[in-house]
Amino acid sequence: MITARILVGLVRLLVGAHGRWLGCEPKPVQRIYFANHSSHLDTLALWAALPPLLRQRTRPVAARDYWGKGGLRGFIAEHGFHAVYIERDREHREGDPLEPLCEALAAGDSLIIFPEGTRSPDPLPQPFKAGLYHLARRHPQAELVAVYLDTLHRAMPKGSLLPVPLTCMVRFGRVLRLAEGEDKESFLQRAHAAVVELA
Amino acid sequence: MSPQQKFWTVMGAVLALLVVASLIGWVLARRARSDGAGEVVANLNARIGAWWWMVAILCVCFLLGRVATLVLFALASFFALREFLTLTPTRRGDHLPLVLCFYLAIPLQYWLIGIDWYGLFAICIPVYGFLLLPAITALGGDTESFLERTTKIQWGLMLTVYCISYAPALLLLHVPGYEGQNLLLLLYLLLVVQISDVLQYVFGKLFGRHKLAPSVSPSKTVEGLLGGGLSAVAVGAGLWWITPFSLWGSAGMSLLIVVAGFLGGLALSAVKRSLGAKDWGQMIEGHGGMLDRLDSVSFAAPVFFHVVRYTLM
Repeated sequence: MITARILVGLVRLLVGAHGRWLGCEPKPVQRIYFANHSSHLDTLALWAALPPLLRQRTRPVAARDYWGKGGLRGFIAEHGFHAVYIERDREHREGDPLEPLCEALAAGDSLIIFPEGTRSPDPLPQPFKAGLYHLARRHPQAELVAVYLDTLHRAMPKGSLLPVPLTCMVRFGRVLRLAEGEDKESFLQRAHAAVVELA
Repeated sequence: MSPQQKFWTVMGAVLALLVVASLIGWVLARRARSDGAGEVVANLNARIGAWWWMVAILCVCFLLGRVATLVLFALASFFALREFLTLTPTRRGDHLPLVLCFYLAIPLQYWLIGIDWYGLFAICIPVYGFLLLPAITALGGDTESFLERTTKIQWGLMLTVYCISYAPALLLLHVPGYEGQNLLLLLYLLLVVQISDVLQYVFGKLFGRHKLAPSVSPSKTVEGLLGGGLSAVAVGAGLWWITPFSLWGSAGMSLLIVVAGFLGGLALSAVKRSLGAKDWGQMIEGHGGMLDRLDSVSFAAPVFFHVVRYTLM
């Protein structure tokens, strides 16, 4: 609890990360927040932008190769925002890479994911990977909420060690649902467009 | 009176004014009929609310002394610079200069005040910062709109760190016969600047007819400037007993502060508009961002500091 509070305070000081609920209300229902990814601050910023009640039940999906290596980062990921680790490296994968995510959803938690899979140097997101589609298919009860994080690609661009304090606004867009029989491509395009329209 | 007694006398008066203002705001809010009027009153009440915070912070500052004051202004610079640079388009190649602005320039500037090193405090950013930052940016190798980028970063740094740091730098002055009372000088500066802002706003809302610079700042009017400015000078003159100045000296200093503050508000409105924004941010409820409150201070503080230093030391 204390770690989480300090973390949120630090994020507020550095990048503000205040949420704007444009397309939906901050309700305590199970959700999968998906957003554009341009910096290592994204995870913290989106998580900190949620109201405390929602934040407690929302777990960011974090790459094991960055957040899961122990040290300060590992401590933040484990005790701060209770990361759900995902294995990006194909060689280390055993079985279904989405398994830990599904477990968290089955336990009733909400998730934060970055469907690009890696950080983009641009303000607008790259095409989405298939993970979001598979989650939507397997967990139709969870609401999919598009989120756009601005400014962070300037605050901590790829390859930089220290963040520059710039105010980031976290825009929560509308709720998306996988339509009956909708194929992967068109769903991912729709999800991508929902994030882009918030930019 | 001791400096403490002077401080609390002035603060008592400010608090009484705030109580009256809050009551008026409360009554207006209950009587507002139309949506438009309700919006104006809500904005007024948000401003009054923010004023309570500013007064509370000033009191804490005075109670805890020099270090707390420096930390507080360093934080104000931090947030102001954050706002300025958020609105300024920067590129990947600006990352290192920006990191230096935040993590080196701000602590260094306020530390120099803390250790009483006037010589370096006065030239650190305008000389060393001015020369070093573009050189570091150049090392990054990105020449795309190089001059625009470096200029904007330097403007932000000068304004939000160098200029604002002149307010707590008043603690550096050694005015003969006024030892140990410099926090009162800071209080004087802030009160005159802020009261001038408020009175210009009130006079403008009540009597404003002729717009002064409609394309830059639509809310500034000739009536607001004259009425508000002169009233603020009167208030400032009336505070002569907390300053090292005579009555007329205090009136002159207040006039200087009011004029510099007005020019600051005007110039920064133009900067803000050229960056395509209405407010610098949403940090202070009803006041926009930190820089919306500190724009006039950033111009008034350095001028006030140097005039006091020249005339009294």
